[in-house]
Order: sequence, then C-alpha cells, then structure tokens
Amino acid sequence: MDWLQQLINGISLGSIYALIALGYTMVYGIIKLINFAHGDVFMLGAFIGFFAITRWEMGFLPALIIAMVLCSMIGVIIERVAYKRLRNATRIAALTTAIGVSFLIEYTMIFFRGATPEAYPQVLPNKNINILGANISSQTILILIVTIILMILLQFIVHKTKIGKAMRAVSHDADAARLMGINVDNTISATFAIGSALAGAAGVIFGSYYTRIDPLMGVLPGLKAFIAAVLGGIGSIPGAMVGGFILGIVETIVSAVGYSLWRDAAAFVILILILILKPAGIFGKNIREKV
Amino acid sequence: MSDLLLKLDNIGIQFGGLKAVQNVDMYLNRGELVGLIGPNGAGKTTTFNMLTGVYVPTEGDITFKGQSIKGLKPYQVTKKGISRTFQNIRLFKDVTVLDNVKIANHHLANHSIISSIFRLPAHFKGEAKMEKESIDFLKIFGLDVYKNELAKNLPYGMQRRLEIARALAAGPELLLLDEPAAGMNPQETQDLMDLIALIREKFNLTILLIEHDMNLVMGICERIYVLDHGQLIAEGTPEEIRNNPKVIEAYLGEEVVQ
Amino acid sequence: MKKSKAFWGYLVIALVIYAVVQGMLVTGMLDLYYQNMLITICINIMLAVSLHIVIGITGQFSIGHAGFMAVGAYISAICTMKLGLPFIVGIILAGIVAAFAGVLVGVPSLRLKGDYLAIATLGFAEIIRILFLNIDYVGGAAGMVVNHATTWTYAFFGVIITILVISNFTNSRHGRGCIAIREDEIAADAMGINTTYFKVVAFVIGSLFAGVAGALYAHNFYIIQPTAFNFLKSFEILIYVVLGGLGSLSGSVIAAIFLTAISQYLQAFPETRMIIYSVVLILVMLYRPTGLMGTKELKDLFKARKKGGSEV
Repeated sequence: MDWLQQLINGISLGSIYALIALGYTMVYGIIKLINFAHGDVFMLGAFIGFFAITRWEMGFLPALIIAMVLCSMIGVIIERVAYKRLRNATRIAALTTAIGVSFLIEYTMIFFRGATPEAYPQVLPNKNINILGANISSQTILILIVTIILMILLQFIVHKTKIGKAMRAVSHDADAARLMGINVDNTISATFAIGSALAGAAGVIFGSYYTRIDPLMGVLPGLKAFIAAVLGGIGSIPGAMVGGFILGIVETIVSAVGYSLWRDAAAFVILILILILKPAGIFGKNIREKV
Repeated sequence: MSDLLLKLDNIGIQFGGLKAVQNVDMYLNRGELVGLIGPNGAGKTTTFNMLTGVYVPTEGDITFKGQSIKGLKPYQVTKKGISRTFQNIRLFKDVTVLDNVKIANHHLANHSIISSIFRLPAHFKGEAKMEKESIDFLKIFGLDVYKNELAKNLPYGMQRRLEIARALAAGPELLLLDEPAAGMNPQETQDLMDLIALIREKFNLTILLIEHDMNLVMGICERIYVLDHGQLIAEGTPEEIRNNPKVIEAYLGEEVVQ
Repeated sequence: MKKSKAFWGYLVIALVIYAVVQGMLVTGMLDLYYQNMLITICINIMLAVSLHIVIGITGQFSIGHAGFMAVGAYISAICTMKLGLPFIVGIILAGIVAAFAGVLVGVPSLRLKGDYLAIATLGFAEIIRILFLNIDYVGGAAGMVVNHATTWTYAFFGVIITILVISNFTNSRHGRGCIAIREDEIAADAMGINTTYFKVVAFVIGSLFAGVAGALYAHNFYIIQPTAFNFLKSFEILIYVVLGGLGSLSGSVIAAIFLTAISQYLQAFPETRMIIYSVVLILVMLYRPTGLMGTKELKDLFKARKKGGSEV
C-alpha cells in the first residue's frame, strides 16, 4: 500500500504548510498585508526549538512551547516596529517593507551564526507502525496529533473567545470595530502573536521531522505556505488548512512519481492556475472595488 | 420626433442574491438633458456603472445608437461615445491638469507606439494636436491657468470642473454626470449649471445627470427619471415629478403624504 | 523645439562620458576592476529602468524581473556558445525572446491586482528558474560556461538605448495611458484606455530590456547558473526602483549607480550588504514611501531650484 504511505507523507508536509499558512491568512485577513517575514519567523522558531533542546536539554513539548512564546513576541515586535506605520501606506510600500523585514531577519541570522545548516536532534520516539500495510513512523503520528490540536485550539480562540471575536470584527471592518470600542491596535498585535506562535510551532515540527535547519529554510516553505493560503482563499482559516494539505499532498505525489526536481515548480504552477482561474481561492469570496 | 440615442431595455443587476436594480426602462433622445434622481442607495450610480460597462447587467439590454453595448468593457463604451464623471472625484491625482485631459483625449489620437519610441513625424504631429485640443478644453472650463499644476493641488470646485473637462476630452456624444454639484456652494452650483448648458450647446451633447440638488435638477433638466429601491417609480417633466405623490413619498417618507 | 534642443544636449553629454571612459580604459587609467564595475553599473541601470516602466510608470507591482533577465541570459548564451552566432545577434534575440516571455507571463497575470500580481510574477520567475535548472542542454544546476564578450561600449549604448526608448514611450500618449493606470485604473478605463493592453505593453517593453541586460550580464561573467536569477536578484532590482522613487526614471538610475557601487565595495561581506539594503529599504518605506525622488525627475529638481532662486 505504497500510495497510503505517500498520502501520509503528504499530509505531514501539508500540516506544516497549513500551520504557516494560518499566520499568513490571519494577518492578510486583518491588515491586507502579505507578511513576507512570516517564513522567517518559522525559521526562528526552528532555531529557538533547536537551542531549547540542545542547550537547555528540554523535551519536544517544552521546546515547542518556548518556541511558540518567543515567536509570538517576535511577531508582535515586527508588527509594532515595521508594519504599524504602514496601515495607510500604498500596497507597494507595504509589500516592499515586508520583503525588507524578511531579508533583514535572514541575513542578520547569517551574520551572527553563518549560513551552515544545523542537524536537529532526535527528540521524538521513532518506531515504525504498520497500518493497513503502510509503514508509518510514530513521529509522523505525533506531529499530526500536535498539528491537529493546534488547529482546534485556533478554531476555539477565533470563534469562542473575546479576542477572536475582536479579530473577526476588525478583519470585517476596522473602522466600525474601532467605533464599537474594540482596540484595533491590540487586536492586530494579537493576530500577529497567534500567527507567529503557529509558525514557531511549525518550525520546531519541521526541524524534528526533516532534521535539518538553516537560516534560509523559511524562504521556500514560507512562499509555499502563502500559496496554500491563496489556494484555500486568503483570509479564510479553514481555507489555509485545506490549502496546506492539498499542497503537501500534491508535492509528495510529484516527487513520488519521479519528478522531484520539479517539485518546487508544482507549487508555483498551482499558484498561477488558481490566481488565473479562481483568484478568490477555494473558500474565498469575490470582492469588487466600489466605484 | 427626435431620434433615439440611448435605450435601457428592462435592465437589472443582482449582487449575490440582492437585486440592486431591476426592471429599469429608460430612453434618451439626441440632445436631451435628462435627470436621474432618487434617495440614497436607490441604484443611481449602479445604473451609471451598468451604462458604462463597469458592471454587466444580469437582465435586459442597453442599446446606444441602435447597437447593443451590453457586455462591452468600459474603455470600449467610451470609444463608442459615452463618457462619465465620478461621484467621488477620480482624477489622476499625481498628474498635471493638462495631462489629465490629454489622457482622456488618448483614444482620439492614432500615432503608434513605434512612432513615439522613434520620435517619427507622426508622433510630433499627433502630440501637438492633442496638446492644442486639450488646452482648448481647459480654456472652456477656465482651467488653462492651472495646466501645469498637479490635479491633487486644485481646489475642490476646480477638481469637479476638471472631471467634466476630462470627460469631454474623451469626445462623447452622451455625457454622464454623477453628482457634479456635490459639495459646491450655491454660487458654484449656479456657475456649473451655466457651464453645463454651454458645453451642451457647443458640443451637441446629450446629458444624463445624477444629482441630489433639486434646484439644479429641476432648473435644467427637461425630463426626469426617479429611482427608488432599485426600481423606476416615476418619469416625466420637472413639473410632473414635483407633484408626483410616489416621488414625494420616496423622498419624505409615508407620514407626510398621509 | 526646446525639447529637441535638450535632447541633443543630453546626447552630447552622454557621448562625452562615453568617450572619456573609453579613453581611460584604452590608456589603462581604469583597470579591469573598474571596467567590470562600470559594466555592472550599466547592466543594473538597464534592469532598474526596465522595471521602472512596469512599477513606476504603470503601477504594476512585479517582483519577478530576474526571470526575464534569466531568459535573456540563457538565450544569448545559447546563441553565442551553442550556435556560434555573433554576440550582437545574441543580444537582439535575447531581447525578443524575453519580450515574448513577457507576453506569456503578462497576459494571464496582469489581470490580477496588487499583492496577487506580485505573487504571480514571483511564481513565474521561479518557474522560469526551475525550468533552466532542469534543462540539461544549458547545464542544469551546474550552469553554462559563457565567453566574456560584454565591453564598456556594449554596456553603455545598451543603457542609452534603454533610457531613450523608455523615456520616449513615457512621454507620449501611450506612456500617459500607463500613468493613468497607475493613478486610477477605473478612471483610466472610463477615459477610453484599454488598461489590459497597456499593462501588457509596458510589461513587454520591460521584459525586453531585462532580457538585453541579461545577455550583457551573461557575457560579463564566465558562467551563468539558475541561482543567479533567484528572488534575491529580483529583490535587488526592485530596490533600485523603489528607493530611487516610484515613477522617477532618473531616480532609479541614480539608485542603481549608487547601490551597485556600494555593493562592489561590500563584495567581501555579502551579509552586511543585505542587512544594509534591507534596513535602508525599510527606513525609506517608513519615512519616505515615495522613494528618494518621488515621481520627480532630475531636471525638475533643477527647475524648482531656479524658480526658487528667482523668487528669493
């Protein structure tokens, strides 16, 4: 049952994309900015987890939590320092700044520690379990469980808590939300905090799954997660999850049938097809400019 | 019997499930000045947007000079001879006043990209003609003194005038004005009315006008259509409209009528 | 009349600059290091100006310009190295094929707006790069060996032609149509401008000169590799345009000269260079989002000064 194994590999990869995509989609939903630096927060999360495990000898879960907490702080700092002033700026200025922040994080990291990759320590038990004839490692299962718990947690925050309501209100209409007494600045910061925490978690999961991290590791997964968010319909939380899983599965299939060099192109081809055929994505709504 | 220029045949449009405009029948004869009025949200601007190709009506048909223009892109509609102004001024802000008008004059010139890149004689001839025509339009509106100012630096009333000048430069037979007097004081409104009368005479224009200012509409329009909740509720001369109970109801609410 | 006088004036200045530098190169007053730097500056000016017409004039945010540069680089290299054609033929074909690639990319993606367009152009550039990565004929990831053929003369006249064509285009009814799209697409459409057509035209002209720049680039080094045309390269070109001032041709030229010179000095410290680039970019975007020159040109600044002087 080879295809089942590939499917599960695809879902594992997809769950990482989905976790990153959630941050993109939440931030885009609320301030209409493609936060290019999001992939680099993911990278920082991986490194924080790495240090937590190797230097402070933590287990997987404490490392995951530390990475999430620190990344959420980093996310808020990025928002407050760089993006806050850009709320009324042109799209070009906002996007250029985001790209600038992304490069700044990457190359500051390289400046301090060099570009050499780091081998992630083995923190999860690695036993093979046989399900329906497919060999699935216990790692994969653990990662899936963690991802699903995080997603449920996010759904809970967005739909059941006060801050979640505020986030939905601000993304719908920031001015009206402000008039209703919602602190828009804090809500935006909270969105960055939550999104960045998820990216941090994805970093640690990525590290322990693929066992290799480096300062530029965030670029490609970041872009692909963004593609996943567009695929699902940017601004839509379930869309980001579904988009992430689809992308992960498609990439795994492309590699599995022997075109691994084209794997990265597959994501971009999907992006262009979706942008041309249905730019609003699977779960998105078409919005017209008012004349 | 004057000849028919524009005909809206039972047009309507839906956004999602919402019928923004439905069953609208209108006609404009060549040379007429017609008003389109109605309360806020009645569908006036939506009707304009359907006329100019910004929205495609989901029902009915629009014919201009006997040809259907439904489904044409806005620039194609403009080339057919319909141009417009916008309710919320949409000038090219960081461009000079002169260039704003030249841009609208663009589709009337025909020198090619190649002639412009290689600076062939056709380019200089074409550009000189555009320059002259554009300045003439600015003169009519008293804007020629501002020709090298950026559009965003003009005072508000002048920006409104520039929008009309720009729409004229696109060479229309039918001019659609979306609240041209919005935000103007009575004196400016009076000047604007005179100006509209002048250009109508000078360029043989047919004009369809959306306006909130009742004095302006009643003062210069020959016929008036009234929209309410996306439907046409009345049509007639200013006198008829003034006394139409349905119109009074739409504008003032039911209590007054009762 | 007045305009053409200014034109001949600029041409004379340009020829003088060319002759002086050529003289210094021939006599050996400028060594190979400086010759290489001057050529790199010229190539970057071409890239900046060719992106300027897309972003600065037409307002379409493309962040995949390096893709067209890659097309030009590889096509010209194939012409000279595989087919044995003269360099000049390679340059021309590079421009034509890159322009054609511009049509292929532009027609579908320019229907998109803002962020979506940016991401689509980025996606296309990546696809182009991965394409070259997977074609064994051009060496795949290892790259392709190319003879050195780019001289100061090629580079300089490349710049002159690029600037001339793009500024002539801009200062015509066609260029004004593009500017109208930048300012307000809906109003431009309502004024009779076929917005899709002009977006594609601007994009194709931009791609053409990016292709030519790519050809000069390929023949200035001894090897070309797909990684040279990645997102980082697109970003570098973007910085020239955005820093120089969106809508200002002279601004993007100045930014290209200045930043290329700086990066030549920082060649040994690539990380420092990127950190400086990004910090400067972020600061400019936060405190002067229109770029250093805004939409003004160099000559406008002189005019303003003269005017100010006479009033005082």
